[in-house]
Amino acid sequence: MKSYPITLKEFGRKGILVEWPNEVEEAILDDIIRFKSILEKELNDNIELVPAYNSIAIISNNGDFEFEKLKKELLQLYKTNKATLKKQRTLWKLPVCYDAEFGIDLEEVAFNLKMTSSELIEIHSSNEYRVFGIGFLPGFMYLGGLPKHIETKRKETPRLKVVKGAVGLAGKQTGIYPQESPGGWNIIGNCPIPIFNANAEKPCFVSVGDKIKFESITRAEYELHKIEGEVGIYKPEKILLDA
Amino acid sequence: MLKVLKPGFFTTVQDCGRFGYRDKGVPVSGAMDMISASRLNALLENKACASVLEITMTGPTLLFENDTYIALAGALLSPTLNNEPIDNYKVYKVAKGDILSYGRLEKGFRSYLAVKDGFKAPSMLGSMSQYYPLTDTKCISEFQEINFEECTSFEPKISELKMDTYLDFNYLEVFKAPEYDLLNDGQLTAIFSKEFSISKENNRMAYQLNETIEGHSTTILTSATQPGTIQLTPAGKLIILMKDGQTTGGYPRILQLSEEAICVLAQKKSTDKLIFKMV
Repeated sequence: MKSYPITLKEFGRKGILVEWPNEVEEAILDDIIRFKSILEKELNDNIELVPAYNSIAIISNNGDFEFEKLKKELLQLYKTNKATLKKQRTLWKLPVCYDAEFGIDLEEVAFNLKMTSSELIEIHSSNEYRVFGIGFLPGFMYLGGLPKHIETKRKETPRLKVVKGAVGLAGKQTGIYPQESPGGWNIIGNCPIPIFNANAEKPCFVSVGDKIKFESITRAEYELHKIEGEVGIYKPEKILLDA
Repeated sequence: MLKVLKPGFFTTVQDCGRFGYRDKGVPVSGAMDMISASRLNALLENKACASVLEITMTGPTLLFENDTYIALAGALLSPTLNNEPIDNYKVYKVAKGDILSYGRLEKGFRSYLAVKDGFKAPSMLGSMSQYYPLTDTKCISEFQEINFEECTSFEPKISELKMDTYLDFNYLEVFKAPEYDLLNDGQLTAIFSKEFSISKENNRMAYQLNETIEGHSTTILTSATQPGTIQLTPAGKLIILMKDGQTTGGYPRILQLSEEAICVLAQKKSTDKLIFKMV
């Protein structure tokens, strides 16, 4: 596996940022996930690791870090530990209903992209996306890998209220609003199952580095999955892929 | 039980916060001014992270329905127990039927109320700190009842603590954050010589400052943030993330507040002035 020139930066006394080259690349993300699993083994329990795009923040929930000392240790750990990434990656299939009732901007977006609504749905739901980060809201995924020909501008005036589960398009990004929120993305559908559920044992089944594929479902399937999601019996389809 | 007769402007249940879920986008939350919360729990000999009430700007009116011991800290909000003025950092015995209320804000912005053994609110992901919609409600509301365990006898080892001085501090201690090196000499001089004032955009998520410095055109990929992270927007605005702040962001992170500085800032309100000091 390829090694990258990583840099370590101070982030206050309780934080240190490990940074990879400033690029959105799956190979970089793979290396980040690999290093994160090493850190999970090597560092103590009172820390949190927050990976995103080209970085991992190591944050202490207890004492201060000694930056220079930890920097040396981390560089050493990165250099010597060639443990390869576990060979499998998780792909989640998430159901999305693209009915006009949910996809309130679908027609307009398709028109602007000079295609039909069903062509847009077909492209959006046949592609695989990579989770490059989770943030902004609990369970909000930053997904990379949107095909260039369906990139679309953010709405000029953000909506004050976007409903929970709304699936949106904005610039190079697509994603799901995990809760009701103001937002400027173009809404093309709705995912009936909760991406974030504070009552669940694992509140968010998705992790940074996972892959996502959307599956177009009918209105009837939507209603069924919605109820299954609410009572907690819906299990999103999980496929293990070879990296 | 504590009955809320009037909720005040914005009163929430807070403990030390919610840890272990930042990588899923869950803010840490917890008391904005942890100095106050920790000292109250120490004074009442509670667990270090027992839940307290965080009272913002205008205080609530609260009716005690059981006996307990209480103590107050943080902002000076002219508190009275059955119409008798009471002080910060002293243990008071309260009996069923006693009423705690607040008056004029004299100093600071957030006041804290602790009871013996802490308040008992629903715990979500290991914390009672209110953060909507993770918790069902944003803040306490009229006629709500907040649980605590009755305590009829308690002999505190110390019945009074010295007043804090950090409410008067007009400076924030800062450390370097990941994009510190992006700052040019002009920006650095501005940050460390200018006086800044708090914008009306200030809450548990973030504090914005009114004065700007020279902007920039650097874009970074979305990356982790912490409570106390100072972001610099392209237009030169400074945004200081606080306890309910998002866990990732796309603006350069130029400085990081010390933990004490987060408490100092938590006691500032719109138009209050401050300067930055590099540690």
